[in-house]
Amino acid sequence: MRFIGLCQPVLALMLAPLLRGVINKVKALFAGRCGPSVFQPYRDLAKLLGKGAVYSGTTTLVFRLAPLVGLSAVVVALALLPIGSVQAMLAFPGDIILFAYVLGLMRFFTVLGALDTGSSFEGMGASREVQFSALVEPVLMLSMATLARHSGSISFSGIYSSITFGVWMQAGPTLAMVSAALLVVCLAENSRIPVDDPNTHLELTMIHEVMVLDYSGPDLAFILYAAALKLWVFGALLVGLCMPLRTGWAMMDIAAFLVGMLLLAIVIGVIESMMARLRLLRVPQMLVGAGAIAIIALVLVLR
Amino acid sequence: MAQVACLALRNGESARTDGVPVLTVAEFRDALIDRVQGGARLTALFGMPTGESRVRLIGVVAHTETGMIEICATEVEEEYPALTHDCPAAHWFEREIAEQWGVRPQGHPWLKPIRFHRSYRPGHDAWRRPAEAAIEPCVTDYFEVEGEEVHEVAVGPVHAGIIEPGHFRFQCHGENVYHLEISLGYQHRGVERAVPGGPTARTIHYMETLAGDTSIGHATCYCQAVESLAGSRVPARAQVIRAIALELERLANHTGDLGALAGDIGFLPTSSYCGRIRGDFLNMSALICGSRFGRGLIRPGGVAFDLDEARRQQFLERLRAARRDVTEAVELLWSTPSVMSRFQETGTVSRHRAIELGLVGVAARACGLERDIRREFPTGIYQFAHIPVSTADTGDVFARAFVRWLEIQRSLAFIDEQVRSLPASRTRDLLGPLAPSRITASLIEGWRGEICHVALTDDAGRLARYKIVDPSFHNWMGLAMALRDQQISDFPLCNKSFNLSYCGHDL
Repeated sequence: MRFIGLCQPVLALMLAPLLRGVINKVKALFAGRCGPSVFQPYRDLAKLLGKGAVYSGTTTLVFRLAPLVGLSAVVVALALLPIGSVQAMLAFPGDIILFAYVLGLMRFFTVLGALDTGSSFEGMGASREVQFSALVEPVLMLSMATLARHSGSISFSGIYSSITFGVWMQAGPTLAMVSAALLVVCLAENSRIPVDDPNTHLELTMIHEVMVLDYSGPDLAFILYAAALKLWVFGALLVGLCMPLRTGWAMMDIAAFLVGMLLLAIVIGVIESMMARLRLLRVPQMLVGAGAIAIIALVLVLR
Repeated sequence: MAQVACLALRNGESARTDGVPVLTVAEFRDALIDRVQGGARLTALFGMPTGESRVRLIGVVAHTETGMIEICATEVEEEYPALTHDCPAAHWFEREIAEQWGVRPQGHPWLKPIRFHRSYRPGHDAWRRPAEAAIEPCVTDYFEVEGEEVHEVAVGPVHAGIIEPGHFRFQCHGENVYHLEISLGYQHRGVERAVPGGPTARTIHYMETLAGDTSIGHATCYCQAVESLAGSRVPARAQVIRAIALELERLANHTGDLGALAGDIGFLPTSSYCGRIRGDFLNMSALICGSRFGRGLIRPGGVAFDLDEARRQQFLERLRAARRDVTEAVELLWSTPSVMSRFQETGTVSRHRAIELGLVGVAARACGLERDIRREFPTGIYQFAHIPVSTADTGDVFARAFVRWLEIQRSLAFIDEQVRSLPASRTRDLLGPLAPSRITASLIEGWRGEICHVALTDDAGRLARYKIVDPSFHNWMGLAMALRDQQISDFPLCNKSFNLSYCGHDL
């Protein structure tokens, strides 16, 4: 375990809600509004933490456990992520598999919590979430396999420290395809437009938001915070790939990474402002498309 | 086959009540069914009590080609053979008659209450419920689909957004909707029961608040009815100001709807801008009369506010700015592929079904039906200044959105022309007393569609029965049909594309 590896989790824990704030600000500016301050997500979290929680009589321990498990799982995932050539807190061969599994655990508990309420809306949301994640996870694994094959390492720290400008010059198309697939994964996993609409109030159309309808107070704060961290996690995967600045100086790498995260938030905001949500039937098509891109990338690496 | 003769009136014309032929039940059915199958529209069908034990049913059909409204009546006691099988447009009306007067339409395929109140004739109940049994809104039987993988989703009456209460039951198979049943009645206030005996000072306020977003439409329709009963004429300037207000109401609501449609699919630019521009149109109503929803403007005999020269200039300036903004915001919808892919082929209602159900307004025009009171049954300034009918023929969400956009453009042009050429005259003549024993049918094309008010006076010149048909009353069934074989996740979008009124239906 390396202390410099603490940078990623610490930065994420501090700055993750800011990403949401930036996305919302960009969307507001596109829509011709001022929008809330970029620090609004922090205020929301503080507000929720100060409230009491209400539990429906039909729920059991699973429902109360889900936010805690979700938050813990995403923090573990954070500990596995490097920043540029700065090694992750936990790095070992095969950590990419653990990464996929802890996020799977998070989803599993969110879905259980949703089913636990017995509400038909939450059941529908859970069904959609599971259906889509079954398509998203292969894309993530294929992308990681491509990168692992290319770098010859099966640890995030190994993979990401090997991605440099030189590699981009040499294997540009492959990396570009993986980036595209990861962008789709990032949007889908974080329930952003065009897959889901984080701002909608229409319970019949929601995916992720509908699963957490019954949570309130600190539980909801945990869920929102975990969602912000999850956005950070997938953002870090994408930014680490697309900002191949490996100076060897930890501070420089970290600064470049943070700039990359800010740019990503802006890009997501722009995407959400420019297009409408897909019809739910079309979402699998898009996810399968991303899978196809990832497969082509893998084939290119394997040849 | 020789048709049974009915009383024929023009829109806003009145006649003596005894001119309405009272037919036998069989003749009445034939008269209505023949006409509806021959292309006329069932505009209203309602009951009123006559004497101790009898209920008079009055049917109103509108003939699009000739611009005539025909009225006939019959008398029934406890039951009569239902029309719904031969004339599906009567479905909702017959349920209403059963609920209000305890008259049972025999053979009605789905006889349920629609507003959940006690019968207006004590001792008569179509469902033979005991007098002391509590009647809770929407506590009734629902259509059920059975099967292992079928599941039921109940939505409402409390919704996530700030909208009115209504209950929706979906029978789903996975994400697919087999059937949607809509049950309303939470907003029932008893307006139709409050009006008879009047008009009083309150009546106009009831009309303005029948459906909060259709204040001008219902108030104009009411005024047209009482003016006809009183035999008075409206000054030219007042007629023009009424039409301007009606079109402004259409502009505000259509713009708001297009914005809300964009909001439902997460398309922010149009959503935010249209929300603001809707406010601009509402403020233009406020410029005329001080109320954003046009309350207090339309009064029997004319209008209560005039548009003076200074405000007229300001009005035209604001209209120009709003036209520019709304064009920019709305055209973005049609040029964005992701928006079009959501709108097209979602929530389709076939032309045939629209005719069968008797849809009105935007929902009907989106199915290619040329139904527009402003052209077919014009009154006021619409007799002289014509607005082309805007139609589309795909019957989907896109068609309903696009018809709104066409109407926005045409209303903008109409208002611009009318404000420039306001005739110089008084704005209001006070209304005299209503003539006794007369009947009138008044139709107005509100922004949602055809608004119909039928008024009858008693022998003392007071209102004896006042029937209100909001366009939503015709169209809720259209929404239910549009959802068949759709994705349940598209329901909010379909619902918004109809944007029907709950309180206009519940009265």
